[in-house]
Amino acid sequence: MKWINTKNNRPVRIKEIPEMAMEELRAQIIRTCRDGARVISFFGMPRGYRTAVYAVLADDEASRLYLASALVENHRRYPSITPEVPQFHIFERELYEDTGIMPEGHPWLKGVRFGHERANRESTMERYPFFTMQGEEVHEVAVGPIHAGVIEPGHFRFMCQGEDVHHLEIQLGYQHRGVEALMVKNFRRSGIHLAESIAGDTVIGHACAYAGAIESLTGVEISRRAQSIRAIALEMERAAIHIGDLGAIANDVAYLLGNAVFGVTRTLVINTLLALTGSRFGRGLVREGGVAFDFTPELIKEFIEKLAKVYHDVNLMGEAMFEMASVLARLDHTGAVDPAAARDMGLVGPAGRASGVDLDVRADHPFGIYRFYPVHKRTMGSGDVFARAYMRYIEIKQSIDFILEQLDSLADDRPLLQKAGKPAPDSFAVSMTEGWRGEIVHCAITGRKNEIVKYKIKDPSFQNWYGLAYAVRNNGISDFPLCNKSFNLSYCGNDL
Amino acid sequence: MFETLKIRKNQGAQAIPDITKAEIRKPFRGLPYLDGSRCGRCEICREICPVGAISLKPLAIDLGKCIFCGDCQRLCPKGAVSFTNFFKMASTSRDYLVVDGRKTGEEYLENAVNARREITRMFGSSLKLRQVSAAGCNGCEWELNASGNPNFDMGRFGIDIVASPRHADGILITGPISENMAPALEDAYMSTPDPKVVILAGTCAISGGVFEGSPALNREFLKNHPVDLYIPGCPVHPLTVVNGLIRFLGR
Repeated sequence: MKWINTKNNRPVRIKEIPEMAMEELRAQIIRTCRDGARVISFFGMPRGYRTAVYAVLADDEASRLYLASALVENHRRYPSITPEVPQFHIFERELYEDTGIMPEGHPWLKGVRFGHERANRESTMERYPFFTMQGEEVHEVAVGPIHAGVIEPGHFRFMCQGEDVHHLEIQLGYQHRGVEALMVKNFRRSGIHLAESIAGDTVIGHACAYAGAIESLTGVEISRRAQSIRAIALEMERAAIHIGDLGAIANDVAYLLGNAVFGVTRTLVINTLLALTGSRFGRGLVREGGVAFDFTPELIKEFIEKLAKVYHDVNLMGEAMFEMASVLARLDHTGAVDPAAARDMGLVGPAGRASGVDLDVRADHPFGIYRFYPVHKRTMGSGDVFARAYMRYIEIKQSIDFILEQLDSLADDRPLLQKAGKPAPDSFAVSMTEGWRGEIVHCAITGRKNEIVKYKIKDPSFQNWYGLAYAVRNNGISDFPLCNKSFNLSYCGNDL
Repeated sequence: MFETLKIRKNQGAQAIPDITKAEIRKPFRGLPYLDGSRCGRCEICREICPVGAISLKPLAIDLGKCIFCGDCQRLCPKGAVSFTNFFKMASTSRDYLVVDGRKTGEEYLENAVNARREITRMFGSSLKLRQVSAAGCNGCEWELNASGNPNFDMGRFGIDIVASPRHADGILITGPISENMAPALEDAYMSTPDPKVVILAGTCAISGGVFEGSPALNREFLKNHPVDLYIPGCPVHPLTVVNGLIRFLGR
């Protein structure tokens, strides 16, 4: 295989990336994926009157990334990869929507986000080609884009037979703000601020991915202390959202004590993060070249005390909740995704790990301080709501342990924040982080004048939305909220 | 049973007793304090501001544009900009959000919310809102949900988020309003019975925030419908939300 071999946060020169015919690229992708590789990015960018298609595959065991490209005439077709390698389904849909290059034989070539720069203007949200179902007892339930609670917008169409969901179709795109285009246009002025707003519940995760991409292009190695502070914030974010989601799951099974207790415990975590960053979501902390805020000895002491209380409260509540028969009756065997299906769909993050997919960027493609303090991957096998909830419970404790370890061994090197220079010209950087939802991938391509010419973002939700649709099949429609909360996917992370 | 009681006892009372007197701890970035006399006219703040919220002569920050990132405070060589932890920033006037000079929190608050008699008479003791996330990043959404949690508990003031616009007294908007979401937002507004209020929560809703100027947005809605209350923040803090709404209702 002629692909260029690199690693997380190690940029390559554009001219080093092998270029081949689309058919050849396709054949090599299929071969490499059959050998265990996985797609993490697949997109096109205009080059002259043609489109350069880039593929980034990950070999997780070897911590390697492989890159190759194809130069394709606009609006041409090629045989779809999806029937051979199903995990490509959403990537090929996106490629088609953005560039008009058609993967022929794709089983459901529908719009992904209906972006303002999409190639096919004929494809509109009003004319979304929903599947239809006919027969006795068959009916459809349409929900959204505006949901009952305070939730981001998306349209769900349940095709039901009686009470059971036969198929759920999820139509997204309502949250499209044009982040990728703005990243290129306003890179200098607001790159990091845009990164913090890709998904407002994953501020640290996306900001770290962005900073990793830019720092690798500018050749800045941030201090150990700054790396630790980023990782502490990332784990705080993970713990906070997992705790909040356990509360939401408790609420959906009418276990209100769990909802109340996890709710206030989350408050404690994010208020502690505010003590460092001035924001409950850690906004303003991660900057190109390091971090903007530092720990004082008093603050370290406070973090340790608060997190000990969080650990204690989560443990007390979790043990009670996961032993309560009335809770387990709703969580067990609900919305199960079997391991084979999870791998086929390319699920990532805790949703994947709950189905036995042992992927975790912190361990597989370590970045920042995780290179020195590896995280042990944890997985479960049943893939149901229980597994996804319990996975979160395990990860909360794992995150708190990690933070305490970091606080105990915080390096004293400086500076906390370095000046980042110009990005290297004509380069391609891949930056991966493990957000609380799973694998975040940012790809940045620079041009001749050190400017960003393409910025590609992949939120873990991009792949996992289909997992949710799969999970509710043959489940009662009333279990949908529960399945949904166990995934808690990002609408704006998908819509960008 | 005993386990449940143990958890209950461990938690104690969590609700903030008097929400109008609550404080947010120090590093929180709320109302900025601008000292024009210190300003060296180097214009660094204006250059680095990602949202163009800062104007000079006189030194002023638009809370409707500011994302409270704190970069101007950090990079100002003269210390002319500092963010205080004063959080009661909601206002009924868009122009009022442009803060110049050295106003203390209490001075800002004095004229910030003009509780109109028809609103306090109609909704004073109960306000039901239909929340519409129009391309919000889920930051403001998390904080609006938190506004109803056991800590902040805005339900105790008769303020609730309801499922249907037909049950609502108004629309609470988050996000910069994307083109793709604009029709649904308009539908929700039209489905809300008169008289109704429109409240914007968060910088994106008020000005577009970091997404301002993106061709993927469609902010026509705000040209066609009057706005009754602006709640600044990125994201809005639950205490800013609850206190803003309480004052808006004349309490």
